[in-house]
Amino acid sequence: MSTRAEAPGPTHASQTHASPAKANPARSVARRPNQLFRNLNSKIASIPMILVAVCVFLGGTLWTVVYSFTNSKLLPRFSFVGLDQYYRLWDAPRWVISIQNLAIYGILSLIFSLAIGFLLAALMDQKIRFENTFRTIFLYPFALSFIVTGLVWQWILNPEYGVQSIVRSLGWADFTFDPLYDPSIVIYGVLIAGLWQGTGLVMCLMLAGLRGIDEDIWKASRVDGIPMWRTYLFIVIPMMRPVFITTLVIIASGIVKVYDLVVAQTSGGPGIASEVPAKYVYDYMFQAQNLGQGFAASTMMLLTVAIIVVPWAYLEFGGKKRG
Amino acid sequence: MRALKAILVASAMLPATYAGAADLEVTHWWTSGGEAAAVKELAKAFDATGNKWVDGAIAGSGGTARPIMISRITGGDPMGATQFNHGRQAEELAQSGLMRDLTAVAEKEKWKDIIKPSSLLDSCTIDGKIYCAPVNIHSWQWLWLSNAAFKKAGVAVPKNWDEFVAASPALEKAGIIPLAIGGQPWQSTGAFNVLMIAISGKDVFQKVFADKDAKVAAGPEIAKVFKAADDARRMSKGSNVQDWNQATNMVITAKAGGQIMGDWAQGEFALANQKAGVDYTCLPGLGVNEVISTDGDAFYFPLLKDEAKSKAQEVLASTIVSPAVQVAFNLKKGSLPIRGDIDLAAANDCMKKGLEILAKGNVVRSTNQMMSADSQKQLEDLFSEFFAKSSMTPDAAQKRFAEIIAAAD
Repeated sequence: MSTRAEAPGPTHASQTHASPAKANPARSVARRPNQLFRNLNSKIASIPMILVAVCVFLGGTLWTVVYSFTNSKLLPRFSFVGLDQYYRLWDAPRWVISIQNLAIYGILSLIFSLAIGFLLAALMDQKIRFENTFRTIFLYPFALSFIVTGLVWQWILNPEYGVQSIVRSLGWADFTFDPLYDPSIVIYGVLIAGLWQGTGLVMCLMLAGLRGIDEDIWKASRVDGIPMWRTYLFIVIPMMRPVFITTLVIIASGIVKVYDLVVAQTSGGPGIASEVPAKYVYDYMFQAQNLGQGFAASTMMLLTVAIIVVPWAYLEFGGKKRG
Repeated sequence: MRALKAILVASAMLPATYAGAADLEVTHWWTSGGEAAAVKELAKAFDATGNKWVDGAIAGSGGTARPIMISRITGGDPMGATQFNHGRQAEELAQSGLMRDLTAVAEKEKWKDIIKPSSLLDSCTIDGKIYCAPVNIHSWQWLWLSNAAFKKAGVAVPKNWDEFVAASPALEKAGIIPLAIGGQPWQSTGAFNVLMIAISGKDVFQKVFADKDAKVAAGPEIAKVFKAADDARRMSKGSNVQDWNQATNMVITAKAGGQIMGDWAQGEFALANQKAGVDYTCLPGLGVNEVISTDGDAFYFPLLKDEAKSKAQEVLASTIVSPAVQVAFNLKKGSLPIRGDIDLAAANDCMKKGLEILAKGNVVRSTNQMMSADSQKQLEDLFSEFFAKSSMTPDAAQKRFAEIIAAAD
């Protein structure tokens, strides 16, 4: 979030810098007007937002990182223990499993939600009838919270009431499908629910991107006799780069903070097979009453987010002159 | 409906109503059928003193409820009184001066003399001051067996753990899951601790959890316990339930042969109109080592500014300890009273067994009293993984167990 709030900064500054020079070329060298009081109204208006961003986001983040080097228990305490919390964190099998799960869930959900979302959007783009109806159906799961999604899929995947029992009642008596009760595949059960919920949004974003492609491009490629799939793959997709990047960031940030879906669907089980980092943070901060450990874990999560957001922000805003 | 109400109360974090000066919001996690019936007794007794009990039940067991309670207390929105398991859960809250000192009430009513065993009051005492009113004693060390399930399998109801293990193939053949264990981490952890007292005895249990002796934890005695836990893991395969009362319900309906669970399970049997000795059998200490722990619940009182409410807190504290409430509450809850001078004539067979063991003094302190929440959470992570993952060997688990004990506080 903070990158977005800061982003307009340079653009804004360069504008204010440019305009007095243009308006008053003669006086610009002798007496530069005080930069601080230019556009005073808008600056005053943005003070609350700046304060919130600095105090809450930046301040809170720094505070957390600093206290992750202490041995705070239930209440924050300022006694440093160096990297102890981090050693313990990476020694804990549950944290390692959480990271593995996040990697599996993250990579697969990125690939599948982008692929399925784009495919649905491309199909929707064929000027089909009842497009509105289909779009609503596909987007509908997104209106549900992760808690509801998790519960619904917990029931669907429950061997006694869900898919397994339906298929068995159709005659396949040996059919077994109970991902939520098998530690080695439980994370895929969570993935299915996550995809079901999130793909509709990706489809909508993609559809908006597709609609933004000029009709003339399509005409030109048709004149050249390029098959439709190649047009999509080699012309349309590269043109949709901004949409893809935005979608990527939206999905990725959703992945890193995945918590409620797991809590509702499996509560981390069976055993600790479907634990995720955000749940580790919560459990150790509040259930284990060990703030230091929770802070260390959340700092590691922040690092993960930074690894995703910083290159993106650099690509989007850095190196390129705008406005 | 009750669960819904509880969730609403918890999520909206309704500030305590300031209408009547003596309305006291009490938070707790007693939401199963038997538990709720017991809470009603407490509320009734408190209302009779002219004050008003505002119920703040939080659904989803202590693991969910405690973070909510603690964040309300540390966040400056304290309730009138709150349940914790007596032990170290509220230790830091008391140390940082957020809780009310009850020493005056305790001295006036001579809690030191009436509360038995004295370890209950000790765990309420921090730096010489008393911070909580114990309400009941719960012990973990019980094996609940369904007589109907064993009848169906054609074997006699076992009298101890080894017989139970031996009977498990017959149960499985009859389509019954031998041992029901819910998926929540505290249940598998509790089951392991019970196995530990039963198999390796009281001294080893104390050495591991009170003295944090990592050598004993890595030794042959505990290896035997892990072997038994391996049996329990095999026997519990297929009990796909989460909550403890769902697991108890499997025993009540004879879908499962037995369950290792604290004596709070008794409330569920009573609610289902089952009779001890006829419909179900209880084996304290798994029928091997008749020792029970003094787990249990206590009420803590956050420091409030309101004069009238502080008065009401004191009234509630003495109400909880009073003999009449102790009898009414514990009969419904299936737990043991915290004072030795009252008559539980209406107690059933299982409770009488528990009272006898208590009178003999065969008690150990509970893990809640000996271990910090942090260390317990690490153990919970270990045991929930061990019980769910059949590929994890007992040796590997024991190694990690010893590591956690070595680093425990």
